[in-house]
Amino acid sequence: MAKVTDLNVNGKKMTVDVDATASLLSVLRNDLHLTGSKYGCGEGQCGACTVLLEGQPVRSCITQVARAAGKQITTIEGLERDGNLHPLQDAFIKADAMQCAYCTSGMIMAAAGLLKKTARPSRDEIIEGMNGNICRCGTYQRIIEAIQIASGQTTTKEAAR
Amino acid sequence: MIDKQDIINEIELDRFELFEKPHYSFAFDRRDFIKGFGLGIVFIVPVTRALAQQRGESGRGGFNQSLPNDVSAWIHIAEDGGITVFTGKVEVGQNTRTTLTQSVADELHVPLGSVHLVMGDTDVVPFDMGTFGSRSTPTMAPQLRKAAAAAREMLIAMAADQMKVAPADLRIVDARFVNHDKSKILTLAEVAKGRKLVKVIPEDIAITQPKDWTIAGTSVTKVDAKAFVTGAHNYTTDIQREGMLFGKVVRPSAFNATLVSADTKAAEAMPGVKVVTDGNFIGVAAPDQQIATRAANAIVTNWKAPAQPSNAELFEGLRKTPVGEGGGGIRPQGSVPTGMAAADKKLEQSYTVAYIAHAPLEPRAAVAEWNGDKLTVWTGTQRPFGVRGELAEAFHVPQEKVRVLVPDTGSGYGGKHTGECATEAARLAKATGKPVKLVWTREEEFTWAYFRPAGVIDVKSGVKNDGTITAWEFHNYNSGSAGLQIKYDIPNNEIRFHESNSPLRQGSYRGLAATANHFARESHIDELANAVNLDALEFRLKNTKDERLRGVLTAAANKFGWGKTKSAANHGFGISCGFEKGGYVATCVEISLESPTSKEDPKNKRVRIVRVVEAFDCGAVVNPMQLKNQ
Repeated sequence: MAKVTDLNVNGKKMTVDVDATASLLSVLRNDLHLTGSKYGCGEGQCGACTVLLEGQPVRSCITQVARAAGKQITTIEGLERDGNLHPLQDAFIKADAMQCAYCTSGMIMAAAGLLKKTARPSRDEIIEGMNGNICRCGTYQRIIEAIQIASGQTTTKEAAR
Repeated sequence: MIDKQDIINEIELDRFELFEKPHYSFAFDRRDFIKGFGLGIVFIVPVTRALAQQRGESGRGGFNQSLPNDVSAWIHIAEDGGITVFTGKVEVGQNTRTTLTQSVADELHVPLGSVHLVMGDTDVVPFDMGTFGSRSTPTMAPQLRKAAAAAREMLIAMAADQMKVAPADLRIVDARFVNHDKSKILTLAEVAKGRKLVKVIPEDIAITQPKDWTIAGTSVTKVDAKAFVTGAHNYTTDIQREGMLFGKVVRPSAFNATLVSADTKAAEAMPGVKVVTDGNFIGVAAPDQQIATRAANAIVTNWKAPAQPSNAELFEGLRKTPVGEGGGGIRPQGSVPTGMAAADKKLEQSYTVAYIAHAPLEPRAAVAEWNGDKLTVWTGTQRPFGVRGELAEAFHVPQEKVRVLVPDTGSGYGGKHTGECATEAARLAKATGKPVKLVWTREEEFTWAYFRPAGVIDVKSGVKNDGTITAWEFHNYNSGSAGLQIKYDIPNNEIRFHESNSPLRQGSYRGLAATANHFARESHIDELANAVNLDALEFRLKNTKDERLRGVLTAAANKFGWGKTKSAANHGFGISCGFEKGGYVATCVEISLESPTSKEDPKNKRVRIVRVVEAFDCGAVVNPMQLKNQ
């Protein structure tokens, strides 16, 4: 069986020894111990496993690792810069856009992909772009608000609410 | 046995609140145990009884312990002044870690950040029945406040002694002990010096009242949010152990199926794979998840499954399959036949609710590890002590030999009360001698987790033309008894819950049966209002004198502008109200029916919710932001 031996994750070259058909999610979680990306459904339906591949959000649970080899993979663990949180991470805290937070890393990665494409998305564009990332706790309004904060379109309104 | 006539308004009841029957037993099974406790299931556990059990009355695994009354069991102050609080409650997304932290910080007069909660680790936290039934805020917050208040008084006495001032001269401000003219100041660390706080919490100790709250009552974001936005937090699914294997269970062909035969040869031939068969349990453990899945798929099984009702037969089946003496209700009032005779209009209607899955985004998961005869299990459960009891039973070890730890969990919604995943992982770990991680797939979640009970509710009622409801007969079959109570003044009523034999596994679900009972009751109230041509709000207000219910109805209606716009074709308004667990709620909704998009069935209109206004009177709010989030 074909193997994958090198991956480029969060700007670092990582050595692995995995079947080419293994899911990117299982390699990230079980071989590289990057457990921020979550298993939610294994069928690409919930978005908890979202990572960026060359800046584009993908469902890592249905992405074979061979497809990611040689490309820039960014996970939730790779968003911080020099010890500072990414603006989306900051905004999710400010807006309290999480309850159980199991969907949060996938939400943030999907949002990061969205903001790369559209720097200041409208509310409808946020809903369209994030459609497919499921929050079973139902925190959607705050997730939208967090993305608006991160894209500089609003500040947190909680105090006024 | 509980006297059903005792189940009256002030007692909250729900048989599904606590238990779903453990799914299967191993060969060295729990038969002896089950014999000792009848069916081994408590059918109706009113909170008063449950609390009595928590206080020491014996009962099923995890119920036979009392709450410690020593400060040190709940609170520890480290040498650096860091405050650790111990609670058996668990964090499953309701953000109780945050709100309980607020309550303790508030009571101790220390900054929020200096308090850390250890939750749901059965080796170190005081016994707790579980995190369910909306009990954490009304029961655990005051419990921790009492411990904190006792600790505060003790620390003030210690500080006064050290500073040679009268205790009454001291206040705690931001974790510092300060005398009246601020000439003497000591820090928490300087006073506590890492010593154990040994003091009995006085039964009648005063706790800070909501009007004097400073940290509680404010909108605080999730206390450890950073760990979640960076992916650093370890859920159960993220736990790694040295030499850990991955498990996979071979599921039966149907609910209640028994294993006739299994061919495991192909799986056993796979390198590193261990197959474990025990009664109806077949599972595998392997060095990685892919191999485990491949091995499980390679096992050929033959199951014998009992016949099951179809969807079409389900609800009639629930009506016709009562279980023993199970059930309950509210004490009947007056006579329904008399009330019906006095009515101008009579209505009969049935309402059904489906089985639904909890579908927590983090599936059921466990990591189990044996060290000799000591079992340690990390698992996302709402009942760590209950799961500890299940594991002790399943493996015939004393409860002290089992440690259950609950990492903050990816939601539960009432679905994670039982320990089957923990038991399965522990069975595989026992057979392999290595730690085993088992994570249910989404498919297993939807097929093997217990469901919110399906139910059918039959309502019969009578109303006078002036809008006075004269009779009300309400029978809930199987869905549950939460939210059965009515706040309408109906002189003749009979309200019953009947337990049925469910063809599927069922158990707790967020909101329990309150959803179904409110849906049926409020739908029927609307139908009655319609029958006598009264406005839905006016009809409700006419039939209730309950001030708090009237309060939320009026508040929601005023804010919404109820009655200002009339319903039209494809555009309508609705109002409903309810009472449950001490809280009152009323909701107004505006909806419109819109044409389907080109991709959808042209016969089906789309329902669009235009706006919702909800009034909620729940008492003192510990964290407004988290309440809104809920």
